[in-house]
Amino acid sequence: MTAVPSIRQRSYLRGPGRLLIAPAILLLVAASIAPLIVTIKFSLTDYRLLFPNSTGFVGLANFAHLLASPDFWPALINTLLLIAVVLVVSIAAGLALALLLDGPVLGRGALRLLVISPFFVMPPVSALLWKNLLMQPVSGLFAWLASLVGLPAFDWFSRAPLLSIALIVAWQWLPFAALILLTSLQSFSHELREAAQLDGAPPLAILRHLVLPHLARPIAIVVMIETIFLIGIFAEILVTTGGGAASTNLAFQVYAQAMLRYDVGAASAAGLIAVVFANILALFLVRAVGRSLEA
Amino acid sequence: MRTRRTNRAIVTLLAWGASLAIAFPLLWALLTSFKTELEAVAFPPRFLSFDWTLANYRNVLADGDYFHALINSVVIAGGSSALVLALAVPAAWSMAFAPTRRTRGILLWMLSTKMLPPVGVFIPIFLFYRDWGLLDSRFGIALLLAAGNLPIAAWMLFSNFREVPGEILEAARMDGASLWQEVVTVLAPLALPGIASTFFLVFTLAWNESFWTLNLATTEATPLTAFIAAFSSPQGLFWARLSAASILSIIPVLLIGWLCQRQLVRGLTFGAVK
Repeated sequence: MTAVPSIRQRSYLRGPGRLLIAPAILLLVAASIAPLIVTIKFSLTDYRLLFPNSTGFVGLANFAHLLASPDFWPALINTLLLIAVVLVVSIAAGLALALLLDGPVLGRGALRLLVISPFFVMPPVSALLWKNLLMQPVSGLFAWLASLVGLPAFDWFSRAPLLSIALIVAWQWLPFAALILLTSLQSFSHELREAAQLDGAPPLAILRHLVLPHLARPIAIVVMIETIFLIGIFAEILVTTGGGAASTNLAFQVYAQAMLRYDVGAASAAGLIAVVFANILALFLVRAVGRSLEA
Repeated sequence: MRTRRTNRAIVTLLAWGASLAIAFPLLWALLTSFKTELEAVAFPPRFLSFDWTLANYRNVLADGDYFHALINSVVIAGGSSALVLALAVPAAWSMAFAPTRRTRGILLWMLSTKMLPPVGVFIPIFLFYRDWGLLDSRFGIALLLAAGNLPIAAWMLFSNFREVPGEILEAARMDGASLWQEVVTVLAPLALPGIASTFFLVFTLAWNESFWTLNLATTEATPLTAFIAAFSSPQGLFWARLSAASILSIIPVLLIGWLCQRQLVRGLTFGAVK
């Protein structure tokens, strides 16, 4: 392991240094590592809340059951689909918006306030406002917009529940992508772009060969940070569809197994699969962010 | 010059159109919150020509549940954020000014706990809380939210403290300042903007947190997230009331967000975007 180069080593401060970091580490261990170990233990036992006394060791039976159950694979696929749709929509729209706001715009400050707003809205609020005021098929606003162009109203939550949830979540994350990318764009050398323009480079070529390479790193970071939060999407599902095969992800399945079916063993196994899944993604993030420590 | 000016006008128009479209769901909820329930579901929708009323706000404010939830949100978000700072400021101080060979590893480990989805630890914590009477307690929820936000705060403060020149702290030490005096009277004032934006970020995240708050709070400790989630029952059919309750629940953090959007958005990238 290498030391962080830009930090001076001051040995005489190490004593208080170790003491001062201890409380933070203690809380994190107590709230993450310790319960994770217990989850692993639970996942190997037959533990049901209705029969709390019969907690026998069953090996990997919970995992076998889970992998064979008809609910598991849809939940895993839904988790992936939800992440993929939200990432694509929020980053594509966020990039378009960032490029627009980076242009010669009047009132950029006010626009930033409009754009950032959805990011600070709590998930139950955004989910319920979208579900009722916008997506409701009888008097929602989207039904009215459809009627303007002569289309029949689309019943979002019964015809495409997962997509509906993904759109709501994408709306919440679009501001994050847009503002991170806008910040990066504004640190991009405008002389370089003007030079390319003077040399007669078409705008699309400038975008592809100059701007997008510059944005590769911030886009990667947005992808990974959004993913951390998207693996755990829960409230948006709870308040809109309340589950159901078509819209349940791994996080919601853990909740349903434990709180509705009282099966601690199966829920723990599902939770661990979510953890493994998250760790694979995390590996990439820790590397990308770790690099910025040295920069 | 003429083309440049029309170009500017077109880009400005497009940017305003796109930004208004993104904020539209919130603007629409704001409008709906001033309608009667009947006008809220009118088809075609009414845009500005309706009887503006404050009845929905009066109803929500007169409802004891709203204030109960508001107070719980303030206590939970404020308490957990204060706890986060109490733990993260000393931790970041030690990592920034008294690093060891393990500092980098500790920072990355803290970050990695953020990758642990809450469902991975949900069941043990739920059962432990049940047995220790911490279910439906503001303290219990605040403790978990603090643990969830601690890594972000430690990273933000660490990168902030690193920008404070060590010579100033050394000079204070030469003048005989104790460690406590050094942190409180020298470091804190210099790092105050960073500490404030860290507080606002973790406060905002705790205010909006919707996994632990929805699962662990049932009656006594329910914050605004749970108050709003209760509208998913047939009550959600009252759109005007839902809109007013929503606006009242998001306003505090929306104001914070508007005031320090740059720091908050960048803080969430763990210092990876400068």
